[in-house]
Amino acid sequence: MITVSGLRYHYPETDRPALDGIDLSIEAGELVGVVGANGAGKSTLCYALTGYIPHFFGGTMEGEVKAAGHDVRRTPVSQLAADVGLVFHNPFNQISGARYTVLEEVAFGLENLGVEPQAMRARALQALRATGLEDLAERSPFTLSGGEQQRLAIAAVMAMQPRVLVLDEPTSQLDPAGTRAAFEVLRGLARTRETTIVLTEHKLGWLAAFVDRLLVLHAGRLVADGPPRSVLAEAVDQPWGVGATQFTRAVQAARLRGLVAEGTMLPVTLEQALEVLR
Amino acid sequence: MKLELRDVRFRYPTGVVALDGVNLTIESGEALALVGENGAGKTTLVKLLNGLLRPTAGTVLVNGEETRRQTVAQLARFVGFVFQNPDDQLFARSVREEIAFGPHNLHLGEAEVRARVEQALDDVGLGAAIERHPYDLAVPERKLVALAAALAMHTPVLILDEPTIGQDAQGVERLGALVDRLQAEGRTLISITHDLDFCLMHFDRVAVMAGGHILADGPSPDVLRRVDLLRQAQVEPPELVQLAVGLGWATMVRTPEAFAAQLAEGRN
Repeated sequence: MITVSGLRYHYPETDRPALDGIDLSIEAGELVGVVGANGAGKSTLCYALTGYIPHFFGGTMEGEVKAAGHDVRRTPVSQLAADVGLVFHNPFNQISGARYTVLEEVAFGLENLGVEPQAMRARALQALRATGLEDLAERSPFTLSGGEQQRLAIAAVMAMQPRVLVLDEPTSQLDPAGTRAAFEVLRGLARTRETTIVLTEHKLGWLAAFVDRLLVLHAGRLVADGPPRSVLAEAVDQPWGVGATQFTRAVQAARLRGLVAEGTMLPVTLEQALEVLR
Repeated sequence: MKLELRDVRFRYPTGVVALDGVNLTIESGEALALVGENGAGKTTLVKLLNGLLRPTAGTVLVNGEETRRQTVAQLARFVGFVFQNPDDQLFARSVREEIAFGPHNLHLGEAEVRARVEQALDDVGLGAAIERHPYDLAVPERKLVALAAALAMHTPVLILDEPTIGQDAQGVERLGALVDRLQAEGRTLISITHDLDFCLMHFDRVAVMAGGHILADGPSPDVLRRVDLLRQAQVEPPELVQLAVGLGWATMVRTPEAFAAQLAEGRN
């Protein structure tokens, strides 16, 4: 559903490539997390998968990105939007400012796709229900809290039912209950609709619990790609700046004291940690 | 510097009651984390402490005096505030200018202002960005600029609203070290946070809020082990607490190293 080959990208007037030789293939229905230090290229990858690079950001792009059957460089963003959705890092940037209510805001993207009014309302309401915003449907988008705006941004893109959904730190403004709900919605989309989902995130515990596959970006390169546990266990000994859950850190500290066998793979989740320690 | 809320109620003009009878005393030099779901009243509470809001009923005392009798400018000398969204507070054309603005308003000499700016940027790890335009920086870095601006004021009280959001692992670690150091210097710290792992490691006291009330308040290892109470407040217990509870431990630990030490003791 997504293939990236030989992707190199420079933002305008920069010397160092933001992405430096990315090769990647993602199947339909996969839920993939992307981690890495700030500045490693996570947001840039999000833009590249959705055509914002090079269409909006300019710069120099080498290589090829295909998403939902489109060569993103050769497809206008307006046409890509039906199949490939992006939820921006800062939800405040996503709100159109062109609509008075939350419901209209969600319907806005659908109008642009030419969806029938009846179907449009149903799809918008369904997206609001899924993100827990149903009660706020008639409010102005600008009266929402940061967390609510972030859920609105997700709802607006969800309603378009893209085959590929890319989200840049979609839970940064959400509390734990909101974060759990967002991850459940995303997993549901991947499982039931076969939506292909790529998201960047700093919350490693949530990623470990929900994603199928984890990518690590470091200085513009893809340095690890695999199941969350093995990737995060490896990351502990690497200079990638990915961090670790406290479950990982606790067992790592125990291993240093010889309380856990040397070759034990470090755990990432609570269940894995208990299994190692019992 | 002591801060005190006595039977405080706060109702927004929309009719929403954000705080419904809150009593809280924060002694000089304490590090308190406020936790709870979005809408629990945490931000309202801290805005009462720096005078951005005044209580609908009850009393808020900063340094023994009611905030009602002090202007926001007066309170700003005591209480520094770092917003969750840096764009709510940044305005200058360079990072240096941004951070120097507050100290200039305190009528400090040039040399003192320069020293404070450099120290504050060093504290947040942004020394190299001093001549940049704040809006050329990424959001997490802008947050650190906002934090540096507050640090440069040398206020006895510092309030941080969700400091770790958007920071990567290294950024969170640096913030933790900074919190520890400010505490060692005797500053009073109050932080709103959803990051309970951070909270457990760096804040000695925690108050759990829900629906405009304080549900629990005490030493962080004691409060954060009350898993049922935390879940009731829609708060996820710290990972080390989940681990200790999962192993059936009665004692709580605050760091991975302490966890390993405790594990070693149990096996001897």
